[in-house]
Amino acid sequence: MLKPDRDVGIVGYGAYVPRYRLPASEVTRIWNDGAGGAPVKEKAVAGLDEDTVTMSIEAARNALDRARIDPQEIRAVWVGSESHPYAVKPTSTIVAEAIGATPNVQAADLEFACKAGSEAIVAGIGIVGSGMGRYVLAIGMDTAQGRPGDALEYTAASGGAAFLVGPAEESVAVYEATLSHVTDTPDFWRRAYVHYPSHGHRFTGEPAYFEHITRAARQLMAELGAQPADYTYAVFHQPNTKFPQRVGQMLGFTSDQIEAGLLAPVIGNTYAGSSLIGLTAILDEAQPGDRIFMVSFGSGAGSDAFSLRVTDRLIERRARAPLTRDYIARRVEIDYATYARYRHKLQMK
Amino acid sequence: MSIPRNWRTRQQRYSLKAEVCNTCGNTIFPPRDVCPHCAEQKQSWTNLSGRGEVYSYTTMYNAPSGFEEYTPYTMALVKLSEGPMLTAQLTDVDGNGVAIGMPVEMVTRKLTQDGDEGQILYGYKFRPLLRQAV
Ligand SMILES: [Zn+2]
Repeated sequence: MLKPDRDVGIVGYGAYVPRYRLPASEVTRIWNDGAGGAPVKEKAVAGLDEDTVTMSIEAARNALDRARIDPQEIRAVWVGSESHPYAVKPTSTIVAEAIGATPNVQAADLEFACKAGSEAIVAGIGIVGSGMGRYVLAIGMDTAQGRPGDALEYTAASGGAAFLVGPAEESVAVYEATLSHVTDTPDFWRRAYVHYPSHGHRFTGEPAYFEHITRAARQLMAELGAQPADYTYAVFHQPNTKFPQRVGQMLGFTSDQIEAGLLAPVIGNTYAGSSLIGLTAILDEAQPGDRIFMVSFGSGAGSDAFSLRVTDRLIERRARAPLTRDYIARRVEIDYATYARYRHKLQMK
Repeated sequence: MSIPRNWRTRQQRYSLKAEVCNTCGNTIFPPRDVCPHCAEQKQSWTNLSGRGEVYSYTTMYNAPSGFEEYTPYTMALVKLSEGPMLTAQLTDVDGNGVAIGMPVEMVTRKLTQDGDEGQILYGYKFRPLLRQAV
């Protein structure tokens, strides 16, 4: 497992969910004659003027509002996403400029399908834990797209979260350790210049999602000498409603432990933001002393597992910015036609 | 779209970076060489709260070039709590939900883009206060 020399934690956190919701029944209505079940109730959809840059800026501002630190002390801004607005030109420099963290700062965009955000957190733990920098802003944010009519269209959603990683003695939750499990697995990919992703059907469930999450989770708990019962909360990557419920069950977590962080039913799969925004919803209600277990998953494939312990600083700090459920409650339902317009699925020229 | 001009103004556009006049104390936005209130030249940088209220507004059905994809949208005169008045697009509003005096907050959004290959321009817009928008 990975454990830095100096103890590191989350000094501030912030979520973002856009206000539009596409009910799964709209996708079913258009593509399946209204018949059949759906993997989520509805998903969050970004508006016309939103993208990974704008959503990252708002989540980052929420994290800074909670942390109340000087943004000039941030030594890295890393944005994990598979929907960076530019193919070449970093999202992270725009975010860093908007929050006042430029110019003496590392800035880079990370890619690892849905694991890019947690990858940024692990890298941030390294910078802070080595003493190279006091704070790192790690963001997982996406405006995910599915091919019209594809199963992913029910779930591919917009949203994510930002975490200001810093010294444990200033943190609302402290990282006890982290551990990753990564292999070359052909479950899901998108080639350059191609608009929509492809998936290796046979590979998406068992050898990818369940294999990587359970291996990372079991190994981390074993090395920490921890049991599922030691944790008040657990959160996993959420490509739909059932996968995180099932993987939690496989690992021995109860539905009570995963309920607070399970947002996929009402916002969909926010890809690089998925497990991260689940963690923000948990921090919105956790109590000092609670332990939180988090495991991300990214296709290609890999999982990062984290063990966290909540400190008494959380109570005061969480009230300083909107709660994740404030964003979820800010809900404007749209139909498939509006969705097609907002997500640029109409060819205008 | 002027790339040099957009670059020079990025901080005021992204985060309402403003100035306070060292002589008369008024807040100045956008930043400029001479204070519009007392004509003195010495100013200091400041960060605005981003809070304000709608002073007046109009709905655009015919947009200027580069903004067509957003129609209809609402342009407003926003009076910031620190004093300055500025013109900005309202976002996260539906046509009938806007009123004079409505409290708003700044968000950074996409303003326009230079076709499919040019740069994307980000900047401030205003939306109803999040916690009241529920
Ligand atoms: Zn003056």
